[in-house]
Amino acid sequence: MISNEFEQLLSIYEKAGGNKDAFSDKGIANLLIHGDKVLNVNDVEGVILKSEQKKDGVIAHLSVGKDVRVKNPIHLCFGILSREGRQEIGVNIFIEDGAEAEVLAHCVFPNAVKVLHKMDANIKIGNDAKFRYQERHYHGEFGGIKVIPNAKVSVGKESIYENIFSLLKGKVGFLDFNYEVNCSGRSITNMIAKIYGKGEDEIRIKEKVNLNGEGARSLIKTRVVLKDKARAEVIGETYGNAPYARGHVDCVEILNGKEALAKAIPIVSVKDEKAKVTHEAAIGSVDKKQMETLMARGLEEEEAIDTIVKGILR
Amino acid sequence: MLKIENLTLKKDSRQILEKVNLTVEKGEIYALLGRNGTGKTTLAYAIMGCNDYQPNEGKIIFEGKEITHLSISKRAKLGITLAWQKPAGFEGLTVGEYLRCKNKNANVHSLLSVVGLSSDYLNRTVDDKLSGGERKRIELASVMAMKPKLAILDEIDSGIDAPSLPFIRKTIQKMRADGITVFLISHSEATLNISDRASLIGAGRILKTASPKIVKEFFVKHCKKCSHLYKINWERIKYDF
Ligand SMILES: Nc1ncnc2c1ncn2[C@@H]1O[C@H](COP(=O)(O)OP(=O)(O)OP(=O)(O)O)[C@@H](O)[C@H]1O
Ligand SMILES: [Mg+2]
Repeated sequence: MISNEFEQLLSIYEKAGGNKDAFSDKGIANLLIHGDKVLNVNDVEGVILKSEQKKDGVIAHLSVGKDVRVKNPIHLCFGILSREGRQEIGVNIFIEDGAEAEVLAHCVFPNAVKVLHKMDANIKIGNDAKFRYQERHYHGEFGGIKVIPNAKVSVGKESIYENIFSLLKGKVGFLDFNYEVNCSGRSITNMIAKIYGKGEDEIRIKEKVNLNGEGARSLIKTRVVLKDKARAEVIGETYGNAPYARGHVDCVEILNGKEALAKAIPIVSVKDEKAKVTHEAAIGSVDKKQMETLMARGLEEEEAIDTIVKGILR
Repeated sequence: MLKIENLTLKKDSRQILEKVNLTVEKGEIYALLGRNGTGKTTLAYAIMGCNDYQPNEGKIIFEGKEITHLSISKRAKLGITLAWQKPAGFEGLTVGEYLRCKNKNANVHSLLSVVGLSSDYLNRTVDDKLSGGERKRIELASVMAMKPKLAILDEIDSGIDAPSLPFIRKTIQKMRADGITVFLISHSEATLNISDRASLIGAGRILKTASPKIVKEFFVKHCKKCSHLYKINWERIKYDF
C-alpha cells in the first residue's frame, strides 16, 4: 500500500513539474509525506531532516548547520491523493549562521473534493545566511480544498531570505496565506506569491514584513490573476522600524472575468525618519496596450490574454 | 494598397484628424512627417484599428476591402501591423516568446541579427529593464516576424543610437525589397530620404503629398516657423497647394 502511494504521489509530483528522481538520490535531502504518513526521508551531510507523526499530520524539522552550503535543493513533498482528507504539517526550519540552502516544496492534491492542508511554519535564519523556500502547489480541478499556510520567519543580520509561493495549476479552492517576517540589520527579504484563481476560488493573502534592523530591505511582490467568479484579497504590510530600512510592496491583480473580484490593501508604515517604504498596486483588466500589441501581431483576444497572463505568473 | 478617405477623428470633442485622404501604393515606403502632436500616431492607431481610435467619419480601405470597422486581430490577419512609438512592456515574457507569439517557427536568431542584436537577448524579458533603443529594435524584429503586407513604423528610429541609424534604415529598405509596404512616421531627415513618397501632416490635416524632398522643403518653409501646432495659418500656406 505504502509503496503504491509512494509511486502515485511521485508520478503526480512529476506531472506538477517536480524531479521525482530527487527522492531516490542519496545526495539530495528529501522528505515525502502523504496525509499523516512519512513515505520517505533522507538527509545529507550538514542537513538534519527529521519528522514526527502527530494527529492528522506530521511535524518536520529541518536544520542546516553553521556555514554549511547545501549543494542540491532540499526536496519536500506533501500530498493527499484521495478525495477527502486532512493534513496538518508543522515545519520547523533552522538555518544556522553562514549556511546556504534552498528548499523546493511541492504540495499535491490532485483529486481533492474535501481536503484541508494546513501548514504552520517557524523559520529561523541565522546571520549571514542565505535561504530560499519555494513552494509550488498542484491542485486538481474540483476546487474542494482548503490551504492554510502560516509562517513566522526571522531573518538574521546580513542574511538573504526568499520565499516563492505559486499556485497555478488546477483550482485554488480556498487559500488563506499568512506570513510574517522579522528582518534584522542589512538583511534582504523577497516574498513572491503567484496565484491563478478560477471558478469559485477564494484567495486571501496576508504578508507582513517588519524591517527592524538598520538597512534591512524587503520586497513583497504579489501577482494574482482571477477568472470566472474567483475572488482575492491581498494585504501587503511593511513596517520600516529602523534607519535606512527600505521596503516595497508591489501587487498586481488581473481580472479576466466579469464576476471576478479583487482587492489589494497595501499597508506601509514608517517609524524611523530615515526609513522608506513604498507601494504600488494595479488592479484591473489586462493592460490594453499589451493586448493591442499582441493582437496587432495576429493573436486573438483570448490568445493575447493567455500570453500576457503566462508572463505575469511566471 | 491602403486608401484613407475623409478620415475624421475626435478626442474629447477636439478634432485630431480632419478629413485625411491618402493612398499608399503597394511596395513603397510612404513617409508621414509633421510636428509633435499633429496626429501622426493617432492616424497609425486608426489604421491599425486600436479601440480608442475609431474614426468619427471616413473610410479605411485595404487591398480594395473596407476595414474601417474590423478588429485589430482581423486587420493583423489581413497583413497589417504596427510598431508602437512607445512599445509596451511585458512582465515575464521573453524576447524569444514575444518574437514567436504568432509564428512559432520564426527564425528568432536571424530576426535579432537583422536589427543588430545578438541571440543573448532571447532570454531577456520584454519589460522596462530593456533600454529604449533595445525595445525599439525588438519591436522592429517582431513586426518582421509577422511577415506583414503593410508595416506601420511609428518613429522606429527614435531612441536608436546615431551609429546604428543607417543600419535600421537599411533594414527598412530590406523590408521594401522583400515586398513589405512601409508606412513610416519619422522626424529624421535621413530616414525620410529612404521613402518613395511623403506626406506632411499639420493640425490633423494632410498639407502636402509629394516626393520626400519637396515635402521637406514645404515643411521647412511653413511648419518650422509656425508656432501653432494645432492652428495653421492657412492664409500663409494656401498658395502652395
Ligand atoms: N486618447 C487621447 N485623448 C485625448 N487626446 C489625445 C489622445 N490621443 C492623442 N491625443 C491628442 O491628439 C494630438 C495628436 O497626438 P498624436 O500622438 O497623434 O501626435 P503625433 O503627431 O504622433 O506627435 P509626436 O510627434 O509627438 O509623436 C495630441 O494633441 C494628443 O494630445
Ligand atoms: Mg507620435
